[in-house]
Amino acid sequence: MPEYRRDHIEHYVAPIEETPLQATDKVAEDVQPLSLWAEAWHNLRRQPLFIIASVLILLIVVVALLPGLFTQTEPNANCQLANSDGGPAPGHPLGFTVQGCDVYARLIYGTQASLTVGIFATLGALLVGGVLGAIAGFHGGWLDSVIARIGDVFFALPLILGAIIIMQLPFFRENRNVWTVVITLVVFGWPQVARITRGAVISVRNADFVTAARSLGVSRAAALVRHVIPNALAPVIVVATVNLGIFIVAEATLSFLGIGLPPAVMSWGNDISAAQVSLRSNPSTLLWPAAALSVTVLSFIMLGDALRDALDPKARKR
Amino acid sequence: MTLIQELNSTEPLLEIRDLAITFSSSTGDVPAVRNAHLTVMPGETVAIVGESGSGKSTTALAAIGLLPGNGRVTGGRILFAGEDLTQAGPKRIMELRGNSIGMVPQDPMSSLNPVWKIGAQIKETLRANGLPSGPGDVAQVLAEAGLPDAERRARQFPHEFSGGMRQRALIAIGLSCRPRLLIADEPTSALDVTVQRQILDHLENMTADLGTAVLLITHDLGLAAERARKVVVMYKGQVVESGSAQEILTNPRHPYTKRLVEAAPSLSSRRIQSARAAGIDSADLLAPVAEAAAAADNVIEVQDLTKVFKLRTGFGKSTDFTAVDGVSFAIKRGTTTAVVGESGSGKSTVARMVLNLETPTSGRILFDGVETAGLSRGELLKFRRRVQPIFQDPYGSLDPMYNIFRTIEEPLRVHKIGDSRSREAKVRKLLDQVALPASVMRRFPNELSGGQRQRIAIARALALDPEVVICDEAVSALDVLVQDQILNLLADLQQELGLSYLFITHDLAVVRQIADHVCVMDKGRLVETGSTDSVFASPRQDYTRALLAAIPGARLELPPEVA
Repeated sequence: MPEYRRDHIEHYVAPIEETPLQATDKVAEDVQPLSLWAEAWHNLRRQPLFIIASVLILLIVVVALLPGLFTQTEPNANCQLANSDGGPAPGHPLGFTVQGCDVYARLIYGTQASLTVGIFATLGALLVGGVLGAIAGFHGGWLDSVIARIGDVFFALPLILGAIIIMQLPFFRENRNVWTVVITLVVFGWPQVARITRGAVISVRNADFVTAARSLGVSRAAALVRHVIPNALAPVIVVATVNLGIFIVAEATLSFLGIGLPPAVMSWGNDISAAQVSLRSNPSTLLWPAAALSVTVLSFIMLGDALRDALDPKARKR
Repeated sequence: MTLIQELNSTEPLLEIRDLAITFSSSTGDVPAVRNAHLTVMPGETVAIVGESGSGKSTTALAAIGLLPGNGRVTGGRILFAGEDLTQAGPKRIMELRGNSIGMVPQDPMSSLNPVWKIGAQIKETLRANGLPSGPGDVAQVLAEAGLPDAERRARQFPHEFSGGMRQRALIAIGLSCRPRLLIADEPTSALDVTVQRQILDHLENMTADLGTAVLLITHDLGLAAERARKVVVMYKGQVVESGSAQEILTNPRHPYTKRLVEAAPSLSSRRIQSARAAGIDSADLLAPVAEAAAAADNVIEVQDLTKVFKLRTGFGKSTDFTAVDGVSFAIKRGTTTAVVGESGSGKSTVARMVLNLETPTSGRILFDGVETAGLSRGELLKFRRRVQPIFQDPYGSLDPMYNIFRTIEEPLRVHKIGDSRSREAKVRKLLDQVALPASVMRRFPNELSGGQRQRIAIARALALDPEVVICDEAVSALDVLVQDQILNLLADLQQELGLSYLFITHDLAVVRQIADHVCVMDKGRLVETGSTDSVFASPRQDYTRALLAAIPGARLELPPEVA
């Protein structure tokens, strides 16, 4: 061990060839430029969760758009009571319902209604909640309080309970279709989107780059549209994706209770409802639409989770 | 071993030999520290100096076993009083922490748990190390930290403490168990200069009394040289030079250290002369810019500016808070005026009012002789073209969703200047002016360093060919070398484009380098104004004197060729 003397401090200099000096603050030129979305896509591509979820969602969308590709059986044309609660038969892989209709065909054709309700309810909630939330967050003050309180009123009502009441109103009772269900879900779904948007907008609103844009001469409205909203979008998209699944469940619940889609419209919720009577004798008629519902909702929630991880600002390199 | 024996010992307290630390990331292993070595003798203060990312904090954290989860020691030894910590188990490291090795963290604002009283947090430390932890002991620790009325203070929550008081409390916690080594990781970089000085003085006195060795981590060479006997300079994960503080300052041998010594603002005492101007005519170098512009007119005049904020104290109730109180000054065309003050002095509010982002409560701001309050929409747009800001935080002032081209092009688009081709040419020219390659145009802000982002912010501010640029703490968040580079860039641009700067800063060392005139603010009032040279040479107010004395390195005696 070398001897240390307190009064003497050795002056050490590292060999310069081992510690080459670089230009101050040099720009690394060999890196591929990536925007937030490009970076998120870059991360998502390798995530099994995202891949499974998006393959399933793609499949569900194709089924909804082109049901004819998946089954040649007309779902309601050849219902014969002779087949009531029948087991799987050639050409009818999942058996028959109480009414003797093909379970598989109804499952395929029911996708459309469920997905339509889910997508349009999400878009509606995004539009209403997003706009109101953004205005509340950006404007602040009394407008913020008013919008927040109105949102709280809707938030306080349980979705199903509120929907039961709305669907009982004369107009909605007489015009039960996909769109009335969508409107009902939007009415109770927007406050959540509004809350998230408001929070995201507030966190961006006071950022230096917004002040910088304002002092460049960008107007308030333009700063909101060009700088604040694009930066506040990520959490809103995550919530919307998860909501899509929740809205599909809500539609099924309402249909199950008999106040959602009319029985004439084929949907998983209606099928589950109709299968109640044969729950003990032929549970598979209930299980298949329920499984389809679960898989669909699960894929959207998984997609939301994967997006949340990919868009997490904390995970981004600075 | 008694204290006296230990102080006379020739055994090092901490010895780091050939230390290598690697971080594992998704893209593979990244070496963070290589071949690091340093020695701390008992009772000695050693400073590690380096820029951010140089591995200085990582090296120190390894000594206390607090590397982040993805970091690990991959080579070398850390000997604490002869014991190799790289081989010690987690239980042994836990025993040493607090008891033998204390730590003062960097950010006093986030290092105390906000839901616990200060006293409870001190008690926690004492108890974890098996020391008596009654209310008297807790008060004793706080009193040692120089906090008056310690018993009452112990019952307060962190939010009731100012930044300086919090750092005192943290120092008290770090020293409460009488460790033999205290690691202080940038203990004062988040504090005002005058508070910084008090805290460092206090730390020095306390550790000298207790005979504690200190490993001080800092980015400021002046501060390191002033506080430590021995300085270790780190660069890109390696120790490039170490030696006595005086030796490093006066006789730096490694090119990086030489660069640091040249750039350290606390050691430099002259206004930066534009290198380009110096190249053209060396005689100009002797004539201060201020004199050349003495005949010029005032581009901005601030008269009796006052801003009162209403603070809500309860439902329907509010009290007035005067942030800016009767401030008057003028900026001569083509010169730099600095507004200096500590946090809360109202200097940023002045900047926001001059930028017309905040309306004054009373008083006037004249831009080119025209009052800026009550401009019409069109006139305001024209005003915005001529007065541009650069903000403090280079991480926050660029929109992360915009690539660099769109960022710099935005002002041109907003003011409908040129077509897309001429705008692209302009962006290229601006990037060239701020010494960045045109290839950064397609990049996004998060891919650039703080200094590079600040240069982008300067390019954006210059896009509209403004006459006045308002820099709100524009270099405070940058490393010393990068700060020096940006200040030189600003000086060059001033020379080239005839810009006038309003420079808001808390750092008098920076003022010395860039400003022609200084306005010193304290609690909303202007306490002293004058030319930079006269204020620095003969400050008339006590407050200014205190600020000047607080510049780290101000007390160092240096040979003339460095000073």
